[in-house]
Amino acid sequence: MTSDFSSSNSNLWQPNRQASKRVQFAVKTVFAIFALVSVATTIGIVLTLVFETFEFFREVSLWHFLTDTKWTPLFSSAQFGIFVLISATLMTSGIAILVALPLGLLAAICLSEYATAKTRAIIKPILEILAGVPTVVYGYFALLFVTPLLQTFIPVQGFNALSAGLVLGIMITPLVASLSEDAIYSVPQSLRDGSYALGATKRETIVSVILPAALSGIVSSVILAISRAIGETMIVTLAAGQNPRLGLNPLVPVMTMTAFIVQVSLGDTPAGSLAYKTIYAVGMTLFLITLALNIFSFWFVRRFREKYD
Amino acid sequence: MTTQTPLTDAKSSDFQVNLSGRYKIDTIFAIATWSAIAISILVLVTLLLSVLIEGFPRLSWSFLTNFPSRKPEEAGLLSALAGTIWMMVTITAIAFPLGVGAGIYLEEFAKDSWLGRVIEININNLAGVPSIIYGLLGLQVFVRFMEPLTGGRSIISGALTLALLILPIIIVSTRESLRAIPDSLRQAGFALGATEWQVISRQVLPIAFPGILTGTILALSRAIGETAPLITIGALTFISFLPENLQSPFTVLPIQVYNWVSRPQQEFHVNSAAGIIVLMVVLLMMNGTAVLLRNKFQKQRG
Repeated sequence: MTSDFSSSNSNLWQPNRQASKRVQFAVKTVFAIFALVSVATTIGIVLTLVFETFEFFREVSLWHFLTDTKWTPLFSSAQFGIFVLISATLMTSGIAILVALPLGLLAAICLSEYATAKTRAIIKPILEILAGVPTVVYGYFALLFVTPLLQTFIPVQGFNALSAGLVLGIMITPLVASLSEDAIYSVPQSLRDGSYALGATKRETIVSVILPAALSGIVSSVILAISRAIGETMIVTLAAGQNPRLGLNPLVPVMTMTAFIVQVSLGDTPAGSLAYKTIYAVGMTLFLITLALNIFSFWFVRRFREKYD
Repeated sequence: MTTQTPLTDAKSSDFQVNLSGRYKIDTIFAIATWSAIAISILVLVTLLLSVLIEGFPRLSWSFLTNFPSRKPEEAGLLSALAGTIWMMVTITAIAFPLGVGAGIYLEEFAKDSWLGRVIEININNLAGVPSIIYGLLGLQVFVRFMEPLTGGRSIISGALTLALLILPIIIVSTRESLRAIPDSLRQAGFALGATEWQVISRQVLPIAFPGILTGTILALSRAIGETAPLITIGALTFISFLPENLQSPFTVLPIQVYNWVSRPQQEFHVNSAAGIIVLMVVLLMMNGTAVLLRNKFQKQRG
């Protein structure tokens, strides 16, 4: 059709369709490659971790990795009990969630149910500032403000899991608050009205109607926060110390998985050495734990999401 | 149904409405929720004040223009500040085209396609990966495998690592900005005979651009505050020269702050507090720009 048209009116303006289509194809291809960079990143992470971890387990048996009770990879009589590091990570993250769950959930309830639109508009940006503070600043705060403060009334050492955990909790509170608030806010008004009509007070409505309805969102926000706490590095490196120690005493220095990776990275570790492979084995453990948490959260949301239409 | 107790049953008098007691608990609950907000704000204020009180007296012109030193009173931020600016520019040059291009592809070209969905799930998963894992990736791929190209523990290795870290954020914010553009605009373009790319580049992108820019700046400010991945790839902490090219070794503000905090001497802690103030001012300027852009954008559309 077009060719007929152009042959009889050759001096009419013709759009250069072929060129436009070629540009379109080129742009689409390039942008598809850009989008695949994210897939390549995932593959790169998995391959790197798997390869170096495999190399690690050629020198250290999985049995020792899981059952040793000491973590001394840089000593001549090296021991590789990963649970020493995991126990420290679980302790700091556990303390963090003890802080962040009540604080974040109550803040979310307040923002969604009690605060007026105007107050919300002021408080939410403040929480966003809290979420945007670099973690090294929280590390400074934990080591040089919270620890000395704690030392005035409990016998904590200069490095300890307690102050690291407390500050870690403050760091993840905005995450719990903002994601839980989204979940609570999206519970339909009709549920609240129904509860009020039955004579329930506001608190009774929140505790027995709204929170159960928003449960899947709240749980996923908490799991996301735990996984953030487990992967956090600077706070625990600065405030919790560098002493690998099995146990759950929060008053003494411990070493988390991330703190170990930093300790090795700060030294000059030649590629191919056992220490170099060890940080990848620890990284793999960390990756698997956070991945399991993310998958669990994904599953929980799909399984327990309440749908209102 | 037949077993239901009649309302007139004597037991019904056991039910206590007890409104005053319930309202009392209600008040306590409301106070608890407000306290949670108050505690969060109080901690933020305490954090900022403790840094300001400790570090503000240390701020001076020479603090910004001196190189790091073993003597705390002579130490300065110059190489860290320069490194941060180098990183900012390099990360933007890498992550902005990649992220915006990927976002356009996913939102405009591959919406609801098989590939698009795979990439979307993948991006959601990447957002949950701890930042230090990106450091391990960067150490292996950019510092080791690509050493002839990157020069090892260099600016370009650090920038590539952090660019990968913030790529998911830029992609998501690009998609959100594009989604906010009404479809009627695209259809008008198609009706005039334009190709998809012509519609996107001439109609959709100019309107979505401020939103994309805001998202990019916020992602960039996340990268500027990151410490762990850069320590993992081995960014040096004692640099007493300015970077000359992309293959130079470097240090950045958060690493310099970390270095000072982790020293035992009180004088270095004061330096770290002053360093934090400089870092926070840089971040505040970036976030302020993002908010200004967003407000301007909202006014234009309103």
